[in-house]
Amino acid sequence: MRYLPKSPTDREAMLKAIGVKSIDDLFSPIPEKYRLDRDLAVPRQMAESEIVDWFKQRAKENGDGLTSFLGAGAYSHYRPVVIDALVQRGEFLTSYTPYQAEYAQGTLQAIFEFQTMVAELTGMDLANASMYDGSTGAAEAVMMAVRITGKHHAVIARTLHPEYREVIETYATHQGIPLTTIAYRDSGRIDLGALEAAVGEYTACVLIQSPNFFGTIEDVEAVAEIAHKRGALLIVSIAEAVSLGIVEPPRAADIVAMEAQSFGVPLGFGGPYCGVMATKEKFVRQMPGRLAGQTTDKNGKRGFVLTLATREQHIRREKATSNICTNQALVALMVNIFMTIYGKVGLRELAKQNLAKTAYAAAQFGRHANVLFSVAPRFNEFVVETTEEPHAINSRLLGHKIVGGLPLKKFYPELGNAALWCCTELTTRSMIDTAVGLVADSERSVDVKEAEPAEALR
Amino acid sequence: MPQLLGDRRLSDLQWHRRMDGAAAGNHRSRTNGKTLTDKYFMKHMTRKATRHISQNEGLIFEKSSPGKAAWKLPPLDVPEVDTSKLLGKQERKDLGTMPEVSEIEIIRHFTRLSTWNYAIDLGMFPLGSCTMKYNPRVNEFVSRVEGLANGHPYQPEKISQGALHILKTLSDCLIEITGMDAITLQPAAGAHGELTGLLMVRAYHHSKGHPRKKILIPDSAHGTNPATAAMVGYAVENLKSNESGMVDVAALAAQMNEDVAALMVTNPNTLGVFEHDIHEIAEIMHAKGGLLYMDGANMNALVGKARPGDFGVDVMHLNLHKTFSTPHGGGGPGSGPVAVKRILEPFLPKPVVVSKADGTLGFDYNRPQSVGRVRAFYGNFGMFVRALAYIFANGPDGLRQTTEDAVLNANYIRKGLEGTYDLPYSTRSMHEVVFSDKVQAKKGVRTMDIAKRLIDYGFHPYTTAFPLIVSGAMMIEPTESEPKEELDLFIEAMKSIAAEVEEDPQFVLDSPHNTRISRLDEVAAARKPVLRWKPEA
Amino acid sequence: MSYPTDRKYTKEHEWISSDGKVGITTHAQDSLGDIVFVELPKVGTELTAGKTFGTVESVKAVSDLYAPASGTVTEVNGELATSPENVNKDAHAAWMVKIAVKDPAELNVLLSAADYEKFVSEEAGH
Repeated sequence: MRYLPKSPTDREAMLKAIGVKSIDDLFSPIPEKYRLDRDLAVPRQMAESEIVDWFKQRAKENGDGLTSFLGAGAYSHYRPVVIDALVQRGEFLTSYTPYQAEYAQGTLQAIFEFQTMVAELTGMDLANASMYDGSTGAAEAVMMAVRITGKHHAVIARTLHPEYREVIETYATHQGIPLTTIAYRDSGRIDLGALEAAVGEYTACVLIQSPNFFGTIEDVEAVAEIAHKRGALLIVSIAEAVSLGIVEPPRAADIVAMEAQSFGVPLGFGGPYCGVMATKEKFVRQMPGRLAGQTTDKNGKRGFVLTLATREQHIRREKATSNICTNQALVALMVNIFMTIYGKVGLRELAKQNLAKTAYAAAQFGRHANVLFSVAPRFNEFVVETTEEPHAINSRLLGHKIVGGLPLKKFYPELGNAALWCCTELTTRSMIDTAVGLVADSERSVDVKEAEPAEALR
Repeated sequence: MPQLLGDRRLSDLQWHRRMDGAAAGNHRSRTNGKTLTDKYFMKHMTRKATRHISQNEGLIFEKSSPGKAAWKLPPLDVPEVDTSKLLGKQERKDLGTMPEVSEIEIIRHFTRLSTWNYAIDLGMFPLGSCTMKYNPRVNEFVSRVEGLANGHPYQPEKISQGALHILKTLSDCLIEITGMDAITLQPAAGAHGELTGLLMVRAYHHSKGHPRKKILIPDSAHGTNPATAAMVGYAVENLKSNESGMVDVAALAAQMNEDVAALMVTNPNTLGVFEHDIHEIAEIMHAKGGLLYMDGANMNALVGKARPGDFGVDVMHLNLHKTFSTPHGGGGPGSGPVAVKRILEPFLPKPVVVSKADGTLGFDYNRPQSVGRVRAFYGNFGMFVRALAYIFANGPDGLRQTTEDAVLNANYIRKGLEGTYDLPYSTRSMHEVVFSDKVQAKKGVRTMDIAKRLIDYGFHPYTTAFPLIVSGAMMIEPTESEPKEELDLFIEAMKSIAAEVEEDPQFVLDSPHNTRISRLDEVAAARKPVLRWKPEA
Repeated sequence: MSYPTDRKYTKEHEWISSDGKVGITTHAQDSLGDIVFVELPKVGTELTAGKTFGTVESVKAVSDLYAPASGTVTEVNGELATSPENVNKDAHAAWMVKIAVKDPAELNVLLSAADYEKFVSEEAGH
């Protein structure tokens, strides 16, 4: 086995040194009847070339050379090659959680820079070293709000990513946190009247997403006012981090729970991604997850350590702020490098391109189909309502190597034949024009087809 | 109360002044007449490491200046937009202190930082219960294959068959390896797997009419176990270990009743000891309708040699980043699949991968008894690719040999250090061994001090002060990835440190001596937290 | 080590003075090490004798604070929020909360300075 660095002679010598006859003697603590006396039924040992072939075959089955208009919590942005060149350095890739600070300053300083940039971008005072992903980060934020306020009710926008909502439901079930979901209005934004009615003195937090699941930018300040008036915290979830380059961050929020996948993390069928949590300074001791802090060594030299560890499970056990143990260090490093590459000016220009492509696409689609929620500003997603069922449209688009927008019926039955489309800086004008053309064709043909039999039936 | 780091700043400071003098070559050290240069390259000094130039590097923000850039966007092929018209008051005008630097500066910045880390690629990383094994590079390569790396989680199933095939194949392999019946790959990490597993335990009991009230947890358990139980709304009841460091079966029988939902056991446990009576433990649980949860953190001792499903476990999580070689990456990402017996299958998080009538694979969302979702999408897919590549590279014979070598290595270290360090439990070790600092503590040197000194010898420290049932624990897990030569160097280093403790405990207390920074002031960091950089006002 | 005789002590290493001020003992701060954070209840909180009312944290450990007697919190030592090191400097001066003791008889069961000192030395002997 090529990963094992021992010759049979080494093994013999070691067994002899230990004072046992055979390797089986070392497994004698396992009662004999539970020792496996056969080979595991897993594929045979493969050569590296065979492994690569096998995975390349699987990649082909996933479809090749497609153009995609999917977003909905997972975004296709360009990943500068510098990211993979750096994160594959063994000293980052094969190191552990930096508990031994003297021997892990690289990871610790990188985390400190990550925390700084995330805090700056989200408009919060500080940020942690990362969470599993945007969905679990949002759930952790709700639990954090419950700890801070001592209240047990969470109000959640229906325009929060539907899978994030599902995760929050799972987490909240056994913690006695009742959830109230607030509908959206025709603008695509949260219904402020309904929100006002739902938030009570017993409410721990209001959780919205902005830009929300439809791509619509919420009026965060108006929501904050309603929440704060009743002593509830405002949590803002951000699924599309690139929006922060051009959209005002939710400074009125108390906690920001963000998915940072857009910042240089591969789509990779949904993971690993990088959740981020940022908050106000006064709430730091209730924040879950790791934190790197600046300090000095005995010579006064600047250095970094994991700090405020007493919040965590390995010390507090059942009284910990969360059971979270790992963070997404290596993915956070990708995010970190991406933020560093684009920086102060690049992030804004990048976001601007997303905005422009989306504005163009929405206008083009609008000529042939109904683009919903156009009153409020949006970032890089929009909802297109068609006459024909979007799955049927998407099947035809796929024939032209285009993956169309996400049909929304599964998550929002009331939206009928609507689909969520996304454009990023990687979406070209010709891709948009082709997709719009195909949708327009299908809309025209449906109009013709439906006109006749529908009349006949009446 | 665990006292891990005493307040030694004053003495440390004095010591360093002396060191500075010694470095100039004209002072003698304070003890036994040796020069400090002798101390650095002294008789005990290691053959593994030596000192080397280390580049200094500031924070990236300190390199920033307006006009530098590491990015370039293609020309915009659609009309420019008026951002203030589109966004109104929602437009962001300024990105504050975000950096502006060039590409070469970024490469150097992160490369310099990287050289300040220790890593498996540099040598043995004997952290107990962390399974710091070799992370094969083919894993990284295949995870970046176009078509796997850029697949969208919502792309139609028709064009996701490759990804589904990977999920299915890995699931089948892990089910076979654990001897369980069904699995979810959704949890993002071990602790997340624990949460998922306990949610299923709760749902199972609920379906029987009574969710029950508490979880039994041995006192040797990892801190995530009680933290997780609390998150699922269970009270935690501690279970004392017996004198062999195992679950006390009689105590368990006495504590087990119809209010107990499950026992969370780690096997081998955190002492590296296989729970010999595991089947009896399972029977005690099952007799009163309880379930047996196994924390699979230490599965590296069992793969190909024994299967939890065969010895009575009902639900368990795996850590792909431990046993199945996906990289720790400085703290994550992990992946924590949860395998279950048939009785728990209806409660798996949704969706689950199913084979459809037409022979293709798909996701089944129609799972009325499911505990729900624990994460958006399907889990840390990139880790599944890596873990599966690891299983392929090993095959059944490689997996078995891997486990055997892991256990061989731990026992070799145990033999090598027995007599030098106190072995609080003499029960047979599997893949890791736990010593204590009892002998060295008499000289005032504790496990953390020895750990810090180990850094000077070119090794990463072992796990300190855990498990909690051992005072001054030194938990060592070499994994299968170490050649005999590296193990010999480690044993030599540990013996050398033990000798130093006898001769000059203060020297060990002041370590590490060879790192670019010395021990950091953790007290100041916690009293007045500085968690982000700010420009000087 | 001599403990002030103007107050009573608990086996959980808290002290309570005659005017209802509560703190931890020198012995407690010594075994905790450098204290980095003290979490205290708000004014008006009802404490129950023997139950936890807050925590003290060192870098790597958290210890619960137990109420020596039942009563209502009338004052909180706000200085400790920014200067937790005061507890290390002088534990017997760095009071944490002041309570209006509900039943002064509860104090009778607590340890005297001499008894506490004896208790500590016995504990150390184990």
